[in-house]
Amino acid sequence: MNRLTNVQDLKNALAQAKQDYQKLLNGGKVVFVCGDTGCLASHSQEVKEKLDELVNAEGLQDNIKIMYAGCFGLCSQGPFVKVYPEGTLYRLVKPSDATLIFEKDLKGFGIVESLVFKNPNDGTIYAKQEDIPFYQKQKAIAMADFAPIEPDNIDHYMGIGGYEALCRVLETKTGEDVISIALDSGLRGRGGGGYPTGVKWRYARMQQDPQKYLICNLDEGDPGAFMDRAIAERTPHIILEGMMIAAYGIGAIRGFIYVRAEYPTASLRLQQAIDLLRTKGLLGQRILGTEFSFDIEIRVGAGAFVCGEETALMASIEGKRGMPRSKPPFPAVKGLWGHPTIINNVETFANLPYIFRPGGLEAYKAIGTEKSKGTKVFSLAGKIKNVGLVEVPMGTTLRELIFDIGGGIEKGKKFKAIQTGGPSGGCLTEEDLDTPIDFDNLIARGSMMGSGGAIVMDEDNCMVDVAKFYLEFICDESCGKCSPCRIGTTRMKEILDKIASGTAVMSDLDTLKELAIFIKDASLCGLGQTAPNPVLSTLTKFYDEYKAHIIDKTCPAKVCKDLIQYRINPDTCKKCGICAIHCPVNCISGVRGKEAYVIDQMACIKCGTCLSSCPFDVIRKV
Amino acid sequence: MEMITVKFDGQEYQVPRFVSILEAARSVGFDIPTLCHYKDLVETGACRVCLVEVKGMKALTTSCTTPVHEGMEINLHSPRVLRARRHSVELILSNHVNDCLHCTANGRCELQKAAEKCGIREIPFEGQITTPSIDRLSPSIRRNSSKCILCGRCVEVCKKAQGIGILDFIHRGFETVIGPAENRSLTQVPCIYCGQCVNVCPTGALYVHEEVHRIQKAQVDGKHVIVQVAPAVRASLGEEFDLPIGTRVTGKMCTALKRLGFERVYDTNFTADLTVMEEGTELLTRLKKHLMGEKVALPQVTSCSPGWVNFAEYNYHELLDHLSTCKSPQMMMGALVKSYYAQKNGLKPEDIFMVSVMPCTAKKYEKTRPEMRHKTYADVDAVITTRELGDYIKSCGIDFLSLPDGEFDMDLLGDYSGAGALFGVTGGVTEAALRTVYAITQGHEYGKVVFESVRGLKGIKETTIPLKNIIIDGKRSGIDLDLKIAVVSSTKNAKILMDQVKAGTSPYHFIEIMGCPGGCINGGGQSFIKPGLLTFQEKITMNDLLMKRARAIYEEDSSRPIRSAHLNPLIQNLYQEFLGYPNSELAHQLLHTHYHARTPFPNIEE
Repeated sequence: MNRLTNVQDLKNALAQAKQDYQKLLNGGKVVFVCGDTGCLASHSQEVKEKLDELVNAEGLQDNIKIMYAGCFGLCSQGPFVKVYPEGTLYRLVKPSDATLIFEKDLKGFGIVESLVFKNPNDGTIYAKQEDIPFYQKQKAIAMADFAPIEPDNIDHYMGIGGYEALCRVLETKTGEDVISIALDSGLRGRGGGGYPTGVKWRYARMQQDPQKYLICNLDEGDPGAFMDRAIAERTPHIILEGMMIAAYGIGAIRGFIYVRAEYPTASLRLQQAIDLLRTKGLLGQRILGTEFSFDIEIRVGAGAFVCGEETALMASIEGKRGMPRSKPPFPAVKGLWGHPTIINNVETFANLPYIFRPGGLEAYKAIGTEKSKGTKVFSLAGKIKNVGLVEVPMGTTLRELIFDIGGGIEKGKKFKAIQTGGPSGGCLTEEDLDTPIDFDNLIARGSMMGSGGAIVMDEDNCMVDVAKFYLEFICDESCGKCSPCRIGTTRMKEILDKIASGTAVMSDLDTLKELAIFIKDASLCGLGQTAPNPVLSTLTKFYDEYKAHIIDKTCPAKVCKDLIQYRINPDTCKKCGICAIHCPVNCISGVRGKEAYVIDQMACIKCGTCLSSCPFDVIRKV
Repeated sequence: MEMITVKFDGQEYQVPRFVSILEAARSVGFDIPTLCHYKDLVETGACRVCLVEVKGMKALTTSCTTPVHEGMEINLHSPRVLRARRHSVELILSNHVNDCLHCTANGRCELQKAAEKCGIREIPFEGQITTPSIDRLSPSIRRNSSKCILCGRCVEVCKKAQGIGILDFIHRGFETVIGPAENRSLTQVPCIYCGQCVNVCPTGALYVHEEVHRIQKAQVDGKHVIVQVAPAVRASLGEEFDLPIGTRVTGKMCTALKRLGFERVYDTNFTADLTVMEEGTELLTRLKKHLMGEKVALPQVTSCSPGWVNFAEYNYHELLDHLSTCKSPQMMMGALVKSYYAQKNGLKPEDIFMVSVMPCTAKKYEKTRPEMRHKTYADVDAVITTRELGDYIKSCGIDFLSLPDGEFDMDLLGDYSGAGALFGVTGGVTEAALRTVYAITQGHEYGKVVFESVRGLKGIKETTIPLKNIIIDGKRSGIDLDLKIAVVSSTKNAKILMDQVKAGTSPYHFIEIMGCPGGCINGGGQSFIKPGLLTFQEKITMNDLLMKRARAIYEEDSSRPIRSAHLNPLIQNLYQEFLGYPNSELAHQLLHTHYHARTPFPNIEE
């Protein structure tokens, strides 16, 4: 493994890598199979292995290259396979499809039409990735153009421009320059807070203490959010390059990546990348012969959402119980082991290579809105057709995000709300759809950017149930230190339980609101301070739904189990008995062929199995 | 001191610069309610009671954690602040068992005080309570987590002040509970029962096993009930009756005990003097052997603090022979009462019920040790704390403050010297021992009776006493010895010295170790010094309060006509009539003991 000993070595390596990567994409057949977590769970490993088998069986290894690539973003359509030099993107590839791809496409007989992207709304076929509407309104900075590279291949990363920014910084910029560029770019923290990154860095740089630390927050605890996981799995180097630029700017000597325990693949890829960099001389003492010394270590979490909060995260790294502490003092002044520490989110780091490349600063400033520059990665999930990761310029409207990129609501249902910001955020509705997405606009409309989770809801979602879900999550994850959060959130949950079971009274809503406002005002850390947001947001925007639960004792969306019943229509029941066979608690009785089946409401557990098993669609929720 | 200008509720004030909002407010006469706050121990803002409103901050902030700065505008009692403070307390109360009127902490509970201060009139948030953990297995300290407010003081005091760390936060969220590892009983972890956790607990979550009821039961059963009182009790008992901290109440205490119907009221200071004789002689024997080139366990370490003894048994298995074999003064008194006193008064030891009033929680455990019991009776039958005595006096309808001064009984086991009185404070045992050891080895008393170098509340003190031409076995030896002594209190400091002994680098001949920081005056059974229970002025000067109790002890010493143990005529009499001489066979049988290596975390069945 050739070690790089000076900046010129790196420049040469970059030039070579770019050449090689272009040659790769424009030569013989090259097949990229997505090997990240989502597609792996849909058997993409078997797809790759089958392709390998087929290629090797005919001795074609030198002509046809099969390799893994990182996430393509449109995860609901995985597993993905991309074939060069044509750039054809295949989706929903099963292991049994491997033969078809091999025999037709790889042998030069054209594309496999059944496997390329088809617009769910009008059936148009898009064979090339860049033509697919899903990608058209996106601007992939942190997602590195969704360019296919092997995650553990540093030459591929350099081939798409990786480490160009670091090279430029080491060669021509001082630490002060880096801070200035960060400030000028308008980059704001992508972890949810939206704090100006350059301002935070400047505080740390200003501190006299020479022992400074840099931390990458990969705890990503919001339910439904997987942007950081994907970035770490597909391009671990983009995070490391970002960290090195930041460390250079603030004068950090050591970096930590705090990875949540549930992301083993991300951990592995990052560690592999770190080991590689050390061998190449890009991490360690006097990097590339400069005065810059920096090394990175991975620390794994242990299953606590609260450890995404920066002071709890630092406590965890120090080996203590992950409980937040009061601020001031702020980490930039007194952080890890009492030393100045900068903590940034994965996505914030992933933006840095773009910004620091030649021409990057001006290009970055041209994207986004006035107060929110650049792009944001969202994990678009819920009742939407195109579930996956998207990266859009700030200023893109919610309507564009949901309908143009997301493809609209599944199954022809009606849009009800989009929840952003996870357990700290709120719901945005029909009236908010034309809001240009940026930090301040979302707050003004009653939610927040958050880390990027965007859960779409339709008419079949009950907003009381949604609030309950997030609150249950918070109750599970509260660290227990301060009474407003520890006790208050449980009290809020108890009220929501009453509402959802039809046993609440209207004055409970007053208590709920009083509690919510108090918890926001009095909690020690961000977890508690934002925990009431989903409740307050749904209470404001869907007050009628709450009222229906309390006064009418009904759940309009037919979700809350205590307020719904499954009923078999006695007139249209075909007496086939299939529902009774499937019922897990044996509460459906009738006589096959003779008497209509009836559900015993006292014993029914509202699982819905009967409804989904009835072949004649005679069972309804009422 | 640099001053800055801030605004409280719209008015300008001059306050010190480098302090928290809480301290700044206190400096100009504002007493912001607090609950978990404990200076230098817990200043984390966990309880959310000391909330204030600061202009420019979106949410409310805790005044104990937020530093002031020039021009800061703070609202200390706006409607928003008062409402939030109330809600914090209301929420805590909603998860708190509602048995105030029959709780051990009734009247001395900081949560009660906070509820009072915040004007709580209802608990608007009712619901489930956290699963309680109740531990009543130990004879000393007990736990009831349904009263815990999770302030974390006990965790910090055990970790930081004692260097042990038995307690910590377990689980998460609503089910968070503070307890020992694996939420075991305190009896299944290396808890030394020093009771520092009880001393800082704001509620009755951590409390002491009470034994007062056993006194009257013994009286009803027709037992001959005798009481002994430790030196530190008289420096604290007055606080139970709202006298200023550190008021010496020896006279009234004796009268009260007499009125409570004890057959005899003896002073543990007597057996403290006895300990000086026994332990001093033991030290001289070890020194003699050492000077003759024999292998002997030096330094010799004191053993009158049962908390420290527990710590040694758990953590220094191979160093146990450094401990003096002497029992503690409490246990020596018990042993003498059940033998010498019993014989002299024609009583059977089984018919005597020995009660000790102690500043200590570990002594409740000490009396249960097998070495302190016999087949049909125990040397000490019941141990009550200073606080329990205060409660007992009150429940018997005695108005302590109007009592005339009385005296201890001195018929057989009573009279004590100033040396014995010093045992209650850190450095006291050493000073007492030095007075006697010096006299024996030099043939005359030490010029000034007070050894200043070992006085005061510093955690680790050391001194060297030059001894010239030492008298050994009654004859001048011609040997000079610089006697090197160290005095420590708190197990955190004990560890430092004992690790030195373990490494073979200890320069000392004698080490006094008290398990509690400051010595017995700060024992787990003393009157509570808790911020929420103090007056405003006391709260501000919290660090000086313990020294007041120390001064009461020094005063007790100065007030005695005889200042050294070996000059105490009743002690001399005891040896002549009964024991023979220090470390005699009978003395060994009654007044000395042995120790065991104990497993810190024994295996327990699920």
